[in-house]
Formats: sequence, C-alpha cells, structure tokens
Amino acid sequence: MEHVVIIGNGIAGITAARHIRKQTDFRITVISAESKYFWSRTALMYIYMGHMKFRHTKPYEDDFWQKNRIDLIQDYAEHIDHDAKMVRLRKSGNLNYDHLILATGSKPAFFNWEGQDLKGVSGMVSLQDLENIESYTTDIDRAVIVGGGLIGIELAEMLRSRDIKVTFLVREKEFWQNVLPEQEATMISRHIRQHHVDLRLETGLEKILGDETGQVKGVVTSGGENISCQFVGITTGVRPNTDLARASGIPADRGILVNEFLETRFPGVYAIGDCAEHITPRPGRKAVEQVWYTGRIMGETVAATIAGKRTAYQPGPWFNSAKFFDIEYQTYGDVPAETPEHLCDFYWEHEDGHHAVHLIFDRQSLQFCGINSFGIRYRHEYFDQKLHENADIRSVMQDLHKANFDSEFFRDHTKSIQQAFNQRYPDYQVKPIRKKFMGLI
Amino acid sequence: MYMHFLQKTGLLLFILACAILIGLLFWDTSYRITRETFSGVSSDEATQERLQMVFDSVPSATFHDPFSFNQMLKEKFGEYNKEVIRTFAITQEELDRIIAAFPPADVTFSPTVTESVWQDGDTDNFKREQFTAYTSWMEGKSYSSRDELQKQLNKTRQDINQGIRENKGFGDYQIKSLQLALTRNALTGPTTSRTTFWLFLTIGLGTAAALLYILPKLNLLPGIKNDGVYHRSNTSRGWVAIIIGSLLILFYIVLYWYPEYMVSWMALTDPLSRSLSGNPASQWFFYGLLYTLAIAVMGIRMLIHYRHSNYHIIRTISVIFFQTVFAFLIPEILIRLNRPSMDLKNIWPLNYTFFYDYNLEQLTSAGVIGTSMLVWGIVLAFIGVPVLTYFYGKRWYCSWVCGCGGLAETLGDPYRHLSDKSLKAWKIERWMIHGVLVFAVVMTLGVLYTYFTGSGSVAGISTYSVRSVYGFLIGAAFAGVVGVGFYPFMGSRVWCRFGCPLAAWLGLVQRFKSRFRITTNGGQCISCGNCSTYCEMGIDVRWYAQRGQNIVRSSCVGCGVCSSVCPRGVLKLENKKEAGRLNNPVLIGNDGVKISG
Ligand SMILES: Cc1cc2nc3c(=O)[nH]c(=O)nc-3n(C[C@H](O)[C@H](O)[C@H](O)COP(=O)(O)OP(=O)(O)OC[C@H]3O[C@@H](n4cnc5c(N)ncnc54)[C@H](O)[C@@H]3O)c2cc1C
Ligand code: SF4
Repeated sequence: MEHVVIIGNGIAGITAARHIRKQTDFRITVISAESKYFWSRTALMYIYMGHMKFRHTKPYEDDFWQKNRIDLIQDYAEHIDHDAKMVRLRKSGNLNYDHLILATGSKPAFFNWEGQDLKGVSGMVSLQDLENIESYTTDIDRAVIVGGGLIGIELAEMLRSRDIKVTFLVREKEFWQNVLPEQEATMISRHIRQHHVDLRLETGLEKILGDETGQVKGVVTSGGENISCQFVGITTGVRPNTDLARASGIPADRGILVNEFLETRFPGVYAIGDCAEHITPRPGRKAVEQVWYTGRIMGETVAATIAGKRTAYQPGPWFNSAKFFDIEYQTYGDVPAETPEHLCDFYWEHEDGHHAVHLIFDRQSLQFCGINSFGIRYRHEYFDQKLHENADIRSVMQDLHKANFDSEFFRDHTKSIQQAFNQRYPDYQVKPIRKKFMGLI
Repeated sequence: MYMHFLQKTGLLLFILACAILIGLLFWDTSYRITRETFSGVSSDEATQERLQMVFDSVPSATFHDPFSFNQMLKEKFGEYNKEVIRTFAITQEELDRIIAAFPPADVTFSPTVTESVWQDGDTDNFKREQFTAYTSWMEGKSYSSRDELQKQLNKTRQDINQGIRENKGFGDYQIKSLQLALTRNALTGPTTSRTTFWLFLTIGLGTAAALLYILPKLNLLPGIKNDGVYHRSNTSRGWVAIIIGSLLILFYIVLYWYPEYMVSWMALTDPLSRSLSGNPASQWFFYGLLYTLAIAVMGIRMLIHYRHSNYHIIRTISVIFFQTVFAFLIPEILIRLNRPSMDLKNIWPLNYTFFYDYNLEQLTSAGVIGTSMLVWGIVLAFIGVPVLTYFYGKRWYCSWVCGCGGLAETLGDPYRHLSDKSLKAWKIERWMIHGVLVFAVVMTLGVLYTYFTGSGSVAGISTYSVRSVYGFLIGAAFAGVVGVGFYPFMGSRVWCRFGCPLAAWLGLVQRFKSRFRITTNGGQCISCGNCSTYCEMGIDVRWYAQRGQNIVRSSCVGCGVCSSVCPRGVLKLENKKEAGRLNNPVLIGNDGVKISG
C-alpha cells in the first residue's frame, strides 16, 4: 500500500490528509511537532482572551483520526532523504514514504533587533508563543507591540482584554496602510484608539532594552523615544518555515519552491500552505499566500494529484476577511492600497465610522475589480460570481442588496451606498431598490 | 476603575440581598396554631371538622422554625390517623365473627350477616357501610368452603382499611397540602409584619444591585465581548458555579416538594399577589415573580451585551414581553376576573396538564372564554406549531416566545458555552428528547381515555400513575431541577435540548419541512470554533461551516448567537425557499478541484 507522509498538521496538511483518505486507501501519516491534534491557529487569540479553551479550537473530535485511519505522530522531522524516500524523525526514527507533503507553515519574522531574545519578547504564531505570551503578560502593566498587521491588532485586542496598557508601533502612515487604502486605514486607526490603544504611527522599533536579569524593561523607538514595558510582542509578519526543506536540500527561496502542481524539484515531494512559494503565481495572486483558505485549497489540490488526477493549483478570485476589534472586514477581488490611474474607486463610509465599503472598477471598461467592506457582511458567492463574469460596476451596484449577508433586522445600508454612488458617478446611475421592511413585507 | 467599583458594589449588594432573602426563612419567624390558623384552610367541611379535632388539643405553643413546626404537624396528623385506624379499621376478630356465621362448606355470600357483628352507632354504621360497599359485588357468589371465603374477605379487609386514612383521617397528599396551608397561616415574622420593607430589601435590592452590576457594561464599546468567560469561576464550572448551581437545585427541590419551608417568601409577595389576582401569594406566584424579574433583569444585560445586533435586541424584548405579560400578568388577571387562569403561549406538550381532566372541566365549564381557550390551545399545538415553524423555524417559539427559552436566553446566557458538543451528546439528545415526546403523547392519550371513558386504567396500567410519574420525572425533576439547576454545569438549554417534548415536536417540523436554515458564506470560515463553542444547543456549527454546508438541525433554536460570535461573517439565519436547503457542501474559492464534502 502506498504511504503518504505529511509534515505539518495545520489546515494545509490536514486537508490533504482528509481528501486523500476520501479518494484513496493509502496509508496516511501526519507528523507534527507542535501538537498531536489539528487545532485552529486562527483562534489563538480567543484562547488567550478566555472565549475558548484550547480544546474548542480543535475542528475534529480526537477519535476522528482513528475512525478515518489517519495516523498522527507528534514529533519533529529533522531530515528528508529524497533518494531513499525517507524522513528522519527526532524521536521515532525513520519513516519511508511514497508521497511526501511538506506543510510546515510559517514562523514569526524577527529582524535581528538588539534584545529580541530577552525574556518577555515573543512572536505570535505557535502554541509555544501563546504559552509565552500568557506567562509574560501575567500581572503586567504595559506592553509594546511592534508591527501593524493582522496579527498585531489581534495581539492588541488580547492584551486590552486584560486591561494591559498597550503601545502599538506601526511603521505606516496609518494602520495596515501597506494593504488598505488610506480611508479605511484611517478609520481603523481611529477605532484602535477608541479601544484605548496608544497607537504610534510612522514609528518603528530601534531596540529592546533588558534589565540585569535578562528581562525586558522597555524599547527604544525609531524616533529615539524610550518606552518602558514588561512585554514586547513582535508581529512584523510571518515567514514560510523552510527549515526542514533547506536542511534536506529541497530548493527554497522565500518559501519552498513549487510549480503549479505544488511539486518541489523532487518527485513525490510536494509543498503546500504557508510554507510554499509559487514559482509562477497565477495572475492576480501572490507567490506566497499565508492565509487559511489557500492552505486548504492547496491541500485539496495536492490530494487530487496524489489520488491520481494531477491537478494544478487554481484558486479563484482573491478574498479574505479579518476583524479589527469590533469591526469586521471582508474583501473580494483586488483593492489596491493606492488606486492606480487606470482604475476608479468609490468609497462610502457611514457617519458612525464603523461601516464602510470601497469598490474599485476599471476606468475604461467599468469592469468591477474588487471591494473592501467594513462592518457589513457580504455574500462571497455574489462577488465571486461577479468577478468571474467580469461584471460591470453598474450591475454590481444595482444588485448590491442581494449581496448583503448581515443578520436579520440589521440596518441595510445598500440604499445610502447606492445614492452616494450616484452622486459620485452621475453617469452610471443605479436605481436603489426598496428592500422589504425587516425582510417581511 | 470607576466601572469596576460600581460592578463590585453591585455584586456585593446582590449577595447581601440573597443572604437576607435566605435569612428571612428562619430569622425571627414564629409559627403558632390558633383557631384562625386552620379556619378556612380547606373548603371541605369534614376536613375542617377533623382539623378542629386535631388541633383542639394543641397547646398554643409557639415554634420558631418551620422544621419543628412541621414536625409537630406531621406528628399530630399521624396521631389522628392512628386513632382513626384504631377506631374504624375492621379487626381480624370482627372478620372472624362474620365468617363464622357461614356454613363450613358450599357458602353463598350475603352481606346481611354483618348485622350480628356491628350494631348501631357511628363507628359500627361506618364499618358496615364500608363492608357492604366493598363486598356488594360478591353478593350471591358461591364459595366451596369457608376457607375460600376467608381468603377473599381478608383481601377485602385490607383494601377497606387502607382507604380508611383517606376516608376518615388524612391522606398523604392531603397532609402535604395542609402542612403548606397551615404553615402559611401560622407564620408571623418580618415578612408578615413589615412586608414591603423586606420586599424592598430582598427582591428590590437584588434587582437594583444586579442592574448596578450590569449597567456599567454600557461603558464597553458595542461588539462581542466574551472576554474571560473561561477564566471566571462562575462561567467555567469553578467553585462559584458549584455554589450557584447547588443553590438553584436546592431552591427547586424546596419549591416542588417542600414549599411549606418557604412560606416566608410567599408572605413577602402577598401584597403584590393580592393587588393582581386578589388572592394571597402561592409558592408559584413567588416563583413566577422571581422568574419574570430574572428574565427582565438579565434581559437588560442581553440588550447591553448584544446592543450592536438588532436581532438580539428584538428577540430579547420579545421574550421579556411574553414572560411579563403572557406568563405572569394575564393569568393573574384572569383569576381576578374569575376566569380560568392560563398562560396562553404555553403549548401542549410542554404544557402537559392542558388535557388533564380538571383543566378540560374548568375550560368547558367557563363559557365562551373557556371554550375559546380550549380551541386556542389545540389550534396552537396542532396548527400553529407546524405552520409557524414551516415559515420561521422553531425559533419563533423557542428563542422568541417560550418561558423556558426566555430564561435560557437571559439568565442562562452567561452559561451557554457549557453545552456538550460531542457526537455522543448529540446521539443521547436524540434518544432522550424523542423519548420524552413519546412519553408525553402516551401519557396524554391515557389521560384523555380516562376523561372520555371514565375508566382509570388501560391494559392494567393506571393512567393516573402514568401521569403522576410524568409530572414528577419530567415536569418537575427534569424541567425545573435539572433544567435550571444545571445551567452552570451543562449550559442553559439542558431541558430544551434533552427533555422538552414541545421542542421535539417543533424540531421534527424544522428538520423535515421548513424554510429555515443557517447558511454559510462561501469560503470565509477559518474553523476558529467560536460558533460551536457558543451554541447553547450543543450543535457543532463549525462542522458544517467549514465544509460549506447549510445547518439544518432539529435542535437549533435560532438564537442567532453563532452568527454574532463568528468573527468572519460566515453564518446567517435565513428563511428562504425550501429548495436547496439540504445542500451539498460547497466551499467557494477553489476553481481547480470541485470539492463536495
Ligand atoms: C495568530 C494568527 C491568526 C491568523 N488569523 C488568520 C485569519 O483570520 N484568516 C486567515 O486566513 N489566516 C489567518 N492566519 C494564517 C493562517 O493561520 C495560516 O495561513 C495557516 O494556519 C497556515 O496553515 P499551514 O497548514 O500552512 O501551516 P501551520 O498551521 O503553520 O502548520 C504547520 C505545522 O507544521 C509543524 N512543523 C513545521 N515544521 C515541522 C517539522 N520539521 N517537523 C514537524 N512538524 C513541523 C508546525 O509545528 C505546525 O504545527 C493567522 C495566523 C496566525 C498566526
Ligand atoms: S463559522 Fe465563523 S465562528 Fe464558526 S468556525 Fe467558521 S469562522 Fe469560526
């Protein structure tokens, strides 16, 4: 019987295992160092905040794996011998494979700051990090977070939930402005401050200061300011974890290099999820995409290949979501941080500063390119279809009420969005449709 | 800081109010039997006379706690019953004399022989009457020997003597209710002398203190704030939870089985009860008041907690309204108007006494109003339930209208995450809840059979005992003690999930014929688990969400919290066309492999 060995039990590795099981009778072994069971890394913050326990983050019950004949080994893979088709594990010895999937995820990116190894400094990716953050932040008064991205803002929310004073160092002009257009970035910055976070924009980290016991006592910012604190959270992004690949001679650049079939240079060895770098990314997609669903899709894809149907990685239009404290964010398609000349944009923000949409379309063809939404839930299906159809912005705006995915009785902003659009682009009038009162009549 | 100070003060005052309330059961109370105590306790004249005899001899001693007082009552009733049996029981000797009057063989029974055994006089007359009544069916029957007859009559004697307590003395059930009535009348204490003062210092203070704890939460920005739920002892099965759970369980045990020990509390709410129904407060009035306040006050907490969501705001106002007006006020007002009292939104089989003989008799003898109520109740159960559930799912009832659901959604909300999400729990749930539904239907059919035919048993099983087993096991032990007492251990919907026969009935409709479902949003789920964790019904919502499958489950009460706690906007409760409800799982995002499942 063919043996599939998967290294890494994150969403990528586990999805591959599940789908290989559905399609084949192969022996499947999943090796992971961090935890025996698959857990949801995206829920890390909720464990810290006490919304959930670790056990709640496990998407499948513990006996699921045995029922589905997926063997789990908690161990660290040290080396791959791709000629002998063998993996060396730290504790459990060698394991032969016919197919090997590398799904080793990512690691926090540190930038060799002075003091980054002090006690009280931590990234936020793994369970070990969570444990560290927990112990470093017990009964402390003040923390500094470095790096204004999605993980940084989660860490800020976590610490604020325990009433720890937070100073948040962000290099950009507004929060996450390397990704978000200025309007949204400004709105979120404002919201961050509403949550009593001391947000320092256009500020980086110079070095971390320690005391004689090796414990953090403060930071020096790029502006030369001294801020005392007992904890420093480093959230300046994540890097693909290529340690094992590099140690085994599997080509890696930023990530482990794979072709469109997720194959590495060596036959039978694949890389998926956060750790993979696409040599030729699909149009509109990046070479390294470190999000949950891309890991899942790569897992589904590699499973098809291993089951005998060689399949290329073909994600549809980009989408993603996040939550900034109380403001939910969804994005479909492409909304660049700076709108280039050939595109038009339309931005609407509610006066309460908690709801906004930002749509982008082509100046010439009027083709819809993408949308950011804040505080309003939209149907993925609606925009996925519009993007696949290369729909016109007018049709997207006209049917916008169909896209709404907010809970019942929520205030529907569609009409005021459409009116604002008509004002901004009088040539492309859309007719607001009266929505049923409370969804009833 | 300021906020914490207010909250701490609120908490302390609340504990104080509870302590005073419990203290009032014992502190400075006295119980004394006087003529007034038992006058008018029973509407039955014979009982009233007997009471006179029982308590005439009691020295006007005063008791200072309900326990010794009730001990005394039980002893007095016991003594009286002993005396009754001594006087009225047919003795072996009497029986022997009767039998001796018959020939040794070929006996033909006739009750006239008793003339020689019992002459005139009250006692003898009574014994004769009993004997004649119990043996009338034997008249003219032949027995091969005296021994044969003796066997039969021995049994008859036992039956007669067993009934005597009920006939001439006090039956167990009657003692229980007399204990309550007498204790209630015998009480003097703070709650009878300064009722309003103590009402304010207990229930009033408790309400104010709870609000003092709750209102400062307005200071938090609107949004999901489940911070610390698993850090707090109260909400993570810690020692606080054990104390609260135990107190709740104890309360329900006293309420259902030992109400005579909570008469001080009833007295506390007397003025209120009199102003509503005109009657003194029963234990049920006190309970109803507390229940309604719990829903209202914790409802305010809900309104604040979820003030960013109109769905929760509207449905919380709805449960507060239905509890206050339909469950609490209208039934009291109906009593005042001399009409049958009924909670008009309490539907059979949750309202399992609806088809009981006494209820049917009450309704059918109350004119147009009574008949309308009867029709209303039947229409609601058999037409209202399927039709409304078809359009809106069972949520129209379970999380918008129902009283049990109302309490779960308000008082129980802080405990919602404690429900078990395992497959095993789901399996147990399906067996249990449908089992209770079958039990409720069978019990009710039995009761109706008895009502229409007058025969008290079906296939040798007494319909009365079936119904009393149901009342004890399901109506009291499950719905009350477990249903609410287990909030801090098994979450807020233990009863609704495992025990409520109406939920089972609504659930069957919801599962097989309804427009309601929870839809999932393309490929946005990140499997974080918030939805499953905060599902009070123990549905593993994530299982469906992460594979892009609509959630169609009979147990879903449509509270909408999964949708609210989802950080990625994945879930939406919807009533849509039936088609496509039970969809194949689809996740959007992968254009290469079409995944099903
Ligand atoms: C705090 C946080 C929040 C996030 N939130 C979101 C979000 O909201 N939405 C979103 O789309 N994405 C989010 N992400 C990103 C998302 O979690 C990742 O993209 C996803 O988990 C990657 O999955 P993976 O399977 O590729 O790798 P991982 O989940 O990282 O799993 C890799 C596993 O492999 C193990 N491993 C590595 N090397 C070895 C070895 N040599 N031997 C044995 N085991 C090894 C690691 O210990 C790890 O357990 C978040 C990430 C973090 C850290
Ligand atoms: S549906 Fe929402 S809450 Fe549930 S697991 Fe998915 S992302 Fe989390």
